[in-house]
Amino acid sequence: MTERNLDAKLLWRKTTNLVMLSLTGLCALVAVSALFFILGYLVYHGGKDISWNFFTKLPTPVGESGGGMANAIVGSGKILFLAALIGVPIGLLGGVYLAEFGGSTVPFVVRYTADLLNGVPSIVIGIFAYTVAVMPVHHFSTLAGGLALGIMMIPIVLRSTEEYLHGVPSSMREAAMALGASKWRTISSVVLPAASRAIMSAVLLSLARVAGETAPLLFTAFGNRFWSPGWQQPTASLPVMIYTYAVGPYEDWHEQAWAAGLVLLSLVLLINILVRTIMSRGMSAQRSQ
Amino acid sequence: MATAHTTVPPAGLTWGPRALVRRLRSGDEIARLVTLVFALLTVVITAMLVYQLWILSALARHKFGWHFLVAQDWDPVFNKFGALPFVYGTLVTSAVGLFVAVPLGLGAAIFLAELAPRRFSDALTFLIDLLAAVPSVIYGLLGVFILVPLMRSEVQPALKHTLGFLPLFQGPAYGIGFLTAGLVLAIMIVPFIISVSREVLLAVPQDQREAALGLGATKWESTWKTVVPYARTGIMGSIFLALARALGETMAVTMVIGNNPRISASLLGPGYSIASVLANEFTEATGNLYLSALVELGLVLFLLTFVLNGLARLLILVTTQRGSGVG
Repeated sequence: MTERNLDAKLLWRKTTNLVMLSLTGLCALVAVSALFFILGYLVYHGGKDISWNFFTKLPTPVGESGGGMANAIVGSGKILFLAALIGVPIGLLGGVYLAEFGGSTVPFVVRYTADLLNGVPSIVIGIFAYTVAVMPVHHFSTLAGGLALGIMMIPIVLRSTEEYLHGVPSSMREAAMALGASKWRTISSVVLPAASRAIMSAVLLSLARVAGETAPLLFTAFGNRFWSPGWQQPTASLPVMIYTYAVGPYEDWHEQAWAAGLVLLSLVLLINILVRTIMSRGMSAQRSQ
Repeated sequence: MATAHTTVPPAGLTWGPRALVRRLRSGDEIARLVTLVFALLTVVITAMLVYQLWILSALARHKFGWHFLVAQDWDPVFNKFGALPFVYGTLVTSAVGLFVAVPLGLGAAIFLAELAPRRFSDALTFLIDLLAAVPSVIYGLLGVFILVPLMRSEVQPALKHTLGFLPLFQGPAYGIGFLTAGLVLAIMIVPFIISVSREVLLAVPQDQREAALGLGATKWESTWKTVVPYARTGIMGSIFLALARALGETMAVTMVIGNNPRISASLLGPGYSIASVLANEFTEATGNLYLSALVELGLVLFLLTFVLNGLARLLILVTTQRGSGVG
């Protein structure tokens, strides 16, 4: 009787094992397939509306066909340019300080606040940019949008620069110092070049991350149905355009939203795939050396 | 100390103006100062952010006090501002998101860390990382046009039919609402739970598994009873991290939650969240009190995510360090 009980128990344990392990596989499958669902729907709905006009024309009034989002694409580009102008120097040089010059107190404080800043919801960053760049001048602007996204880039660039600089072997620093190079010379012509590819990748990834941000642009760059000359005026951007068009009531707006979504997602995913493949190749090459 | 000045300082630690000039000329001191300034800029910007939120919310903080958090009315026309419906919406949607995302993410992480061959696991993790890179407005787009109609016509009627006796699933099926927003959040935070949990699971020393298997445990028993408990703190950390993201998520939620400042027991009802009301009303805020109340909502959101992120980082740090220390 006990033997039969044991057999039953073993069978039960083996069944549980099989069932639970298959369930974990199913979870992984569901999570991964979400990506393909997203891509599939966007290609299906947005693919047919992407044309030359989409990239070269301004939005047309509702009901008129043939409009595009050229202004939003250029607007996004301008905002990202400004964001890089703010985020890259602060993140890069700050990261150099943390990795190469840091004592103990200052780096701890900087790291801590960078992580804090990284966790701040993007809409709160938007409020901040609004209070410093929109409220004083009483109008929305490309500048304010760039500021918001630039602030979001800082912690990402900072922490990855620090990490990659730490990854440079200290024998390289010692070799340069032994040749009589000053510390700064060592950093600028030995350490930074050695980590440059990884840092470039991190910058690109952080750009891809903020390129899709919508919330901080809603009340900084705002939106614009026309071209936005200079940096002082509100400007359209792809993510905000997608949002406005998706929640709007018109059928052709919805189609344009899908098309814009496809363009934005392709851009973001392409950068991610490219950077990550190059990075992992570089890593494995280093490992095999 | 007086004698210290008379002794010859060791080379490399030279003091005095001449040494300073030499170090400046070689650029080291300048480089240190310049990079220090940029590093401190991060701190300055963050401090300014907190300062601005604090100052601009002063009007609302003084007028409403703590009552702001428990008052239910949000009526800008009559200058009545209560945050409760938004806090409620934020918490409920995040809870729904976690309820779905935690089992899904943990299951997938176990599969990736314990079962899948390394190359396969790396490939899948690559795809999961890509999922994490999808902008939130894209999730919103799919939410509005794919998920909402599906919820309205299929899922919500089915839920009402089977679980309708619960107050959670009563009322008309609009498609939009807490449940839909929570589901979108779940898909968005799953990648974070997976990638962090996978890391902490991989950091569990191999002996733990071998000991359990050596005692005759099945693969599942070894995973569930020894590996997962070992990594428990880190997994909690990944969940907190995901929760912090869910609380602050704006666009996807705004597009599917219904934007109606109401507290309803039913998950099918439309609601509102802190981030959504900021997205919708910030540009329209007329009057100082209105703006101040919105900024205070931003402050509440900031503090919530601040606490959660801090906790999450602490938990992850504790687990990964212990894991690598033992193994």
